[in-house]
Amino acid sequence: MIREYLEEVGRKTEYVINSAGAIAIMLAQAVMYTFVPPIKLRNMFKQMEFVGVESLFVVILTGTFTGMVLALQSFNALKRFGAESLVAPTVALSMARELGPVLTGLMVTGRAGSAMATELGTMRVSEQIDALVTMAVNPIKYLVVPRVVAGVLMFPVLTIISDFVGVVGGYIVGVKFLGINSGVYIARTLDFVNVHDIFYGLKKSLAFGLITATVACFHGFYAKGGAEGVGRAATSSVVMGSVLILVSDYLLSSIMSY
Amino acid sequence: MIEIKDLRKSFESKVVLDGVDLTIEKGKITVIIGRSGEGKSVLIKHIIGLLRPDSGKIMLDDVEITALKEREFNGMRKRFGMLFQGAALFDSMTVSENVGFPLVEHTDLNEEDVLKIVKEKLRRVGLEGVEDLMPAELSGGMKKRVGLARAIVMDPEIVLFDEPTAGLDPIMSDSIGDLVLETQRALQTTYIVITHDITLTYKIADKIAMLHEGRIIEQGSVEEMKANRNPIVRQFLEGRAQGPIKVY
Ligand SMILES: Nc1ncnc2c1ncn2[C@@H]1O[C@H](COP(=O)(O)OP(=O)(O)O)[C@@H](O)[C@H]1O
Ligand SMILES: [Mg+2]
Repeated sequence: MIREYLEEVGRKTEYVINSAGAIAIMLAQAVMYTFVPPIKLRNMFKQMEFVGVESLFVVILTGTFTGMVLALQSFNALKRFGAESLVAPTVALSMARELGPVLTGLMVTGRAGSAMATELGTMRVSEQIDALVTMAVNPIKYLVVPRVVAGVLMFPVLTIISDFVGVVGGYIVGVKFLGINSGVYIARTLDFVNVHDIFYGLKKSLAFGLITATVACFHGFYAKGGAEGVGRAATSSVVMGSVLILVSDYLLSSIMSY
Repeated sequence: MIEIKDLRKSFESKVVLDGVDLTIEKGKITVIIGRSGEGKSVLIKHIIGLLRPDSGKIMLDDVEITALKEREFNGMRKRFGMLFQGAALFDSMTVSENVGFPLVEHTDLNEEDVLKIVKEKLRRVGLEGVEDLMPAELSGGMKKRVGLARAIVMDPEIVLFDEPTAGLDPIMSDSIGDLVLETQRALQTTYIVITHDITLTYKIADKIAMLHEGRIIEQGSVEEMKANRNPIVRQFLEGRAQGPIKVY
């Protein structure tokens, strides 16, 4: 009983350590090949469109509603101290420092990360990646680099959009529904929120983009076992990507607060 | 000429290639036959460096290709073309982008010249007017043809075929066989074909080699193999369930 349990823990640990190593190697190769010519901008733009433009809708939707619910909940709490107008900075700071980057990261991992893993996984099991190799094209450079670059560049862009619509959502609820004075709301936001807070969140989102894209490419690239394996790759990439985003969010927050 | 010497490969504890020795002559069609799961795909993946052996070597002319580093192998790969079992066309690209892909990646030809070569190769495999279709819109036979056009677009010295007729009806299989012959005759390219399709084998082979339990057990011309008395060879060529080969 205990022995079986320990063996299971051992296997899981081994798996985690092995994947961590393999992901690190893939990331190192991707970074290296990013700067090795020829640099194919066309593939990068295609991926940026895929990660950025096509995630816009879901990011706007989650950002807006998050801002709205933040306004609602913080209003209920702050009302007790007669500090209703602090709803404004509460929404803006939470969005910029935490929820903008994290929610964007999680949503885009679910959408674009799973799609990347599925696409590369399909290419692996149908031998398209082998075909690239036989045509003397490096698959890391051709497939992984554009996706990682797109993740790193587009996550911050999406995060800024999420921050913005979140603040707008908070404004709508705070001013239109809860009756906070519009001028006061805007003034309080500008008083308390610094450009550093926005950069703080963007730095995180950059890391999340790197994590999501690398993890998704890793699972897709090494998928095996036909259609079922592709499905597994997509699931693992979302689970691992999301967990790593939340863990690294804490780590980054604690590092950056010094 | 390609010489395979005592090639061995295992996956975890499963021995797949157990000392393969085989000489593949330049400008000829060598067909490697064997049951499904015997390691035919594993064997040709070693020739083009998709897999590395545990021991043994493969010589291409005077170069020991199995000893090359990945980067050095890439130079070698331009001498090869490969048609994969499922054709392995890139499903995000049109037919002409697929066929032209190696040209776009490795030559300085402009778009117009690439398209001209693509059309010429597509005509050679019997396809016209399909340039702008996506792979998903093609039938199995058409996919193989497009895959063949892509494999020969750089005029390679050696072309590898992984089960070129798998999943095709007998008539389509025969026309793929014709195509293999026509394209090979035109340029005297070295063709290596792996298959378990006996009809195809008899049609195209200059030399047949049979892979069984990780080794080449018999080899020879079509006539020699037809006359071969090895009961394993006989059972396979005649397609019988009864015999020395165990069916699981
Ligand atoms: N990458 C791999 N990892 C583990 N086992 C493999 C791998 N590739 C092939 N095999 C195993 O090697 C054996 C031979 O496979 P293959 O060469 O595809 O057979 P076939 O002769 O039908 O082409 C099979 O049992 C297969 O499971
Ligand atoms: Mg096979």
